Amino acid sequence: MLSIQGVHTFYGQIEALKGVDLEVNQGEIVTLIGANGAGKSTLLMTICGSPRASAGRVVLEGQDITRMPTHEIIRLGVAQSPEGRRIFPRMTVMENLQMGATTTDPSYFDDDLKRVFDLFPRLNERRNQRGGTLSGGEQQMLAIGRALMSRPRLLLLDEPSLGLAPLIVKQIFTVIREINENDGVTVFLVEQNAYHALRLAHRGYVMATGNVVMQGSGRELLDNPEIRAAYLEGGH
Amino acid sequence: MAYFLQQLINGVTLGSVYGLIAIGYTMVYGIIGMINFAHGEIYMIGAFISLITFLILGIVGITFVPLALLIVLIVAMLFTSMYGWTLERLAYRPLRGAPRLAPLISAIGMSIFLQNYVQILQGARVKPMQPLIQGGIELMETDGFIVNLSYMQIIIILLTFVLMVAFSTLISKTALGRAQRACEQDRGMAAMIGVNVDRTIALTFVMGAALAAVAGLMVTLYWGVIDFFIGFLAGLKAFTAAVLGGIGSLPGAMLGGLAIGLIEAFWSGYFTVEYKDVATFGILVMVLIFLPHGLLGKPEIEKV
Repeated sequence: MLSIQGVHTFYGQIEALKGVDLEVNQGEIVTLIGANGAGKSTLLMTICGSPRASAGRVVLEGQDITRMPTHEIIRLGVAQSPEGRRIFPRMTVMENLQMGATTTDPSYFDDDLKRVFDLFPRLNERRNQRGGTLSGGEQQMLAIGRALMSRPRLLLLDEPSLGLAPLIVKQIFTVIREINENDGVTVFLVEQNAYHALRLAHRGYVMATGNVVMQGSGRELLDNPEIRAAYLEGGH
Repeated sequence: MAYFLQQLINGVTLGSVYGLIAIGYTMVYGIIGMINFAHGEIYMIGAFISLITFLILGIVGITFVPLALLIVLIVAMLFTSMYGWTLERLAYRPLRGAPRLAPLISAIGMSIFLQNYVQILQGARVKPMQPLIQGGIELMETDGFIVNLSYMQIIIILLTFVLMVAFSTLISKTALGRAQRACEQDRGMAAMIGVNVDRTIALTFVMGAALAAVAGLMVTLYWGVIDFFIGFLAGLKAFTAAVLGGIGSLPGAMLGGLAIGLIEAFWSGYFTVEYKDVATFGILVMVLIFLPHGLLGKPEIEKV
């Protein structure tokens, strides 16, 4: 479904991605783990064309989207819950969700809204509250809910567990599994919480300083002694 | 009392015009965080397009006033919008992502260009306009002073009110308005949920220009004289209004416009007409020193 081929991305003079190759197949949950600054978020943003890859190709379902404007990539069925969640702070929960549905046919709106409220009942309770006043966990739910409102076929999630209480992390991971299994959404998940992510994912990639350094099934990576030492020791 | 009432009416009329122009400043500032220094010229162009359309309608023989007014309103809004769109396309879009100073300079360049463009095409002399809507209502008379509410003033105040309501609804309730607010709050994220950011910014300029055109039309009718330089002072005052109300706030722009109009009318009525501009810009200085966020532009505290 998504194929990243030799992608290089620069932030000014700094080369954040140094030739990344990666595949996400239809229906999978694929996770990308790695330390801070490895380039995980940059890769997710590069898929959305912001910043643009300076070399290499990003191919979505056979179509080269490397040079496509961001808003057109989204129209092809990609949605991202980005790093830092980036909720519209001075819009209500409801308006944030309406914004999420920018690219979809309005006739789907009610059903999609109901689906998001089923997944995150908390959002329904807070529907008229401004995004900026929500707690971290609620903002994360809203960021994922907003992404789901566009009926994505490929969902990009950037560290949905960051800074959240363990109970809420568990809830969010359950939802990710559910939208993958029930709604058939392909999920590409960037995580620092390697243990949870690898248990959830079908396959995983490990990134370090702008390169993919390891890949395998979730199980394989979990059992790999190097991974255990680098990302899983010290509890989870 | 009668004199006070008369100044109040004059002030509200004037304030309506400033408010309509101020909305253009405040909306553009809201969405791209920059002052459109050519906005006064857009208003001036709106006035000229109105005048030209009136003349053409006169030649064609459409003299029924309400119909002529409606046609001029639509034509002026349409053509002035195109100027607004072109302004954004030439002076702002190529400089997206450039340091903030660059589009500021290009906007000032556009302002100088538009002034000279109109001066060359239309001449530098003041253009008169036949009074189209005359008469009014005598509200009261005390000591030989008649308080007069002219039909023109009624039209200006009513039209402004209607446009304000329509506009606020557009911003708060429609998909376009939501997209504008989204771009205002986080442009990158707006693109990442499928908003065409360039188009939304262009439409913001177009909307501001359309309102400035209405202001231009009303001024043409109200004062009956325009020239290529009217955009400068009116633009500065509307900018002051936007800052006073809290730049970025739509109700603030209207409130600020009203306040500036009233200050100007009362200052002229009770002190000296010559110094009315000093009073207005004195307000700007005071606001910037003591109330930098303006009346309604409170910075919101947000959780991160």
